[in-house]
Amino acid sequence: MGEISTVVDKKAQANLDVFSTTLQELAATDKQILAVTSDSRGSGKLVPFGQKYPAQIIEIGIAEQNLVGVAAGLASTGKKVFAVSPACFLTARSFEQIKTDVAYSDNPVKLIGISAGVSYGALGSTHHSLHDFAALRAVHNLIIVAPADNFEAEQAIRLAAETEHPIYIRFGKKPMPLLSEENQEFAFGKGRIVNEGDDLVLVATGETVYPALQAARQLDALHGIHATVISMHTIKPLDYDLLATVAAKGCPILTVEEHSVFGGLGEACASFLLMNGFRNRFNIMGIPDEYTVTGSQVEIFNHYGLSESGIAEEGLKLINA
Amino acid sequence: MTVNELAKKSVLYRRNILKYIVGANAGHTGGSLSCIDILNVLYNNVLNVTPETAKSPTRDRYIQSKGHTVEALYVVLADKGFFPQSDLETLCKYKSHYIGHPTRKVAGVEQNTGSLGHGMSLSVGTAISAKLDGLTYRVFTLLGDGELPEGSNWEAALLASHYKLDNLCAIVDKNTLQISGPTADVCSTDPLDKKFEAFGWSVRQVDGHDFQALTDAFKALPFEPGKPSLIIANTIKGKGISYMENQLKWHHGVPNKEQYEQALAELSE
Repeated sequence: MGEISTVVDKKAQANLDVFSTTLQELAATDKQILAVTSDSRGSGKLVPFGQKYPAQIIEIGIAEQNLVGVAAGLASTGKKVFAVSPACFLTARSFEQIKTDVAYSDNPVKLIGISAGVSYGALGSTHHSLHDFAALRAVHNLIIVAPADNFEAEQAIRLAAETEHPIYIRFGKKPMPLLSEENQEFAFGKGRIVNEGDDLVLVATGETVYPALQAARQLDALHGIHATVISMHTIKPLDYDLLATVAAKGCPILTVEEHSVFGGLGEACASFLLMNGFRNRFNIMGIPDEYTVTGSQVEIFNHYGLSESGIAEEGLKLINA
Repeated sequence: MTVNELAKKSVLYRRNILKYIVGANAGHTGGSLSCIDILNVLYNNVLNVTPETAKSPTRDRYIQSKGHTVEALYVVLADKGFFPQSDLETLCKYKSHYIGHPTRKVAGVEQNTGSLGHGMSLSVGTAISAKLDGLTYRVFTLLGDGELPEGSNWEAALLASHYKLDNLCAIVDKNTLQISGPTADVCSTDPLDKKFEAFGWSVRQVDGHDFQALTDAFKALPFEPGKPSLIIANTIKGKGISYMENQLKWHHGVPNKEQYEQALAELSE
């Protein structure tokens, strides 16, 4: 136990790049695929898509409310619409269009939040999306996904194209190494175990899964502590079965996310565990209730402990609490 | 339908609007009465949609942006056979699908609306899809003049002309009153024609209770090739019931027994 399955992947791409290439592949054979953008084809890595498939990209201009409303109208006619905009604006400026035009009307738009979390780093809080899980979890009829690596990113896009209900997928722009060569199964609502151990459970999502896996490796190497690491790529519906299975080990559980500690993965796990009789030691790592320190995504991660050493340290604290 | 036939339908529709609002003890009475003649002409003389073609990819789409006047839409859809008239006896009742704003759970309703300023974007997306697919269906959306300050309308209006959506027709039910008072006092949108023209639309004004004028306007669509069309329908809030006309309190007022009887008497004259 505790053997690390991490593969150092020198070809690691940003999940956003994987989104772009995957969407191009899909669009080549499926003319119902549309990319809808709010002057975001550059930041959404959709320039090649637009060059190859000019009839399959719709530019809205910088008008995110209209982006989502128009996307809903297109989707209502059978188009497979990927509405692409920075996660910060897509899930705040157009929140009501997501709630009403997409989720409530059940128009199967694929909402793609790019440069999510603190990917925009020093551009500041206007450009951070640390609220999206919390806000969207309270909207009925919406799948919420944060892929961790290139494998999950590609699978999520392929599955989303065939999903006939609304979905939100957020991507960062940092190259993400593959987490595991062994566990290559992906389905929405099914967490992915990328390391197994009985001393600690790390439940992470999106771009925090990789540092969580590194933390597990450090805990093993330095302390002989064996941690299970779960990529909980689907925030909603949450994989309650998997949570119950790992919680039954009785060991401490630490959640990690690039999101406010309020209303995201951690609180979703906490409420499930508490309501189902689990009393494991538990803590939530994320961005505290403040405007973040200025810095790059990596610097912000390090500042708040969303790093190999920071997660390992919190894991140790929880075990020794 | 002829003008006479339409006029008879509007009497029936107005009677039904009041009947179901009284039954529910809730509803947007004044606005339903101001837009009902527009819906009458649309569903009886313009739209190519029937219960049988309700899912056809080539059907015309009607999206009601001013969702709160859903009673007008429900009575027309019932009359056109989308669902049994008696369903409306459950309007706003516990567990009914017939809620106080349009919902797709009701046959014939294209989009869930109710929050204002959403119909235009939905319609623009639907109209773009028709252009992409080379289909000739048209998209109609009904807005209230009171909802025009919602900025999303203008985002969508810009894009509609950018994409030359001459398969799109927006109708403003300009009854000049909203819940707090005259629209001109709350947030003036005049001159509305000039504003939409500046946004690249082709605009006509009609009397929104004149069946011939409404029919003629719809038949003239698109007003200009390559441009979205706007019909400013000048209407009277509470139209058809003497004590309701232009009276603010009937925005969502429900008639009592005497008032209801008087209204029915006026509608049978």
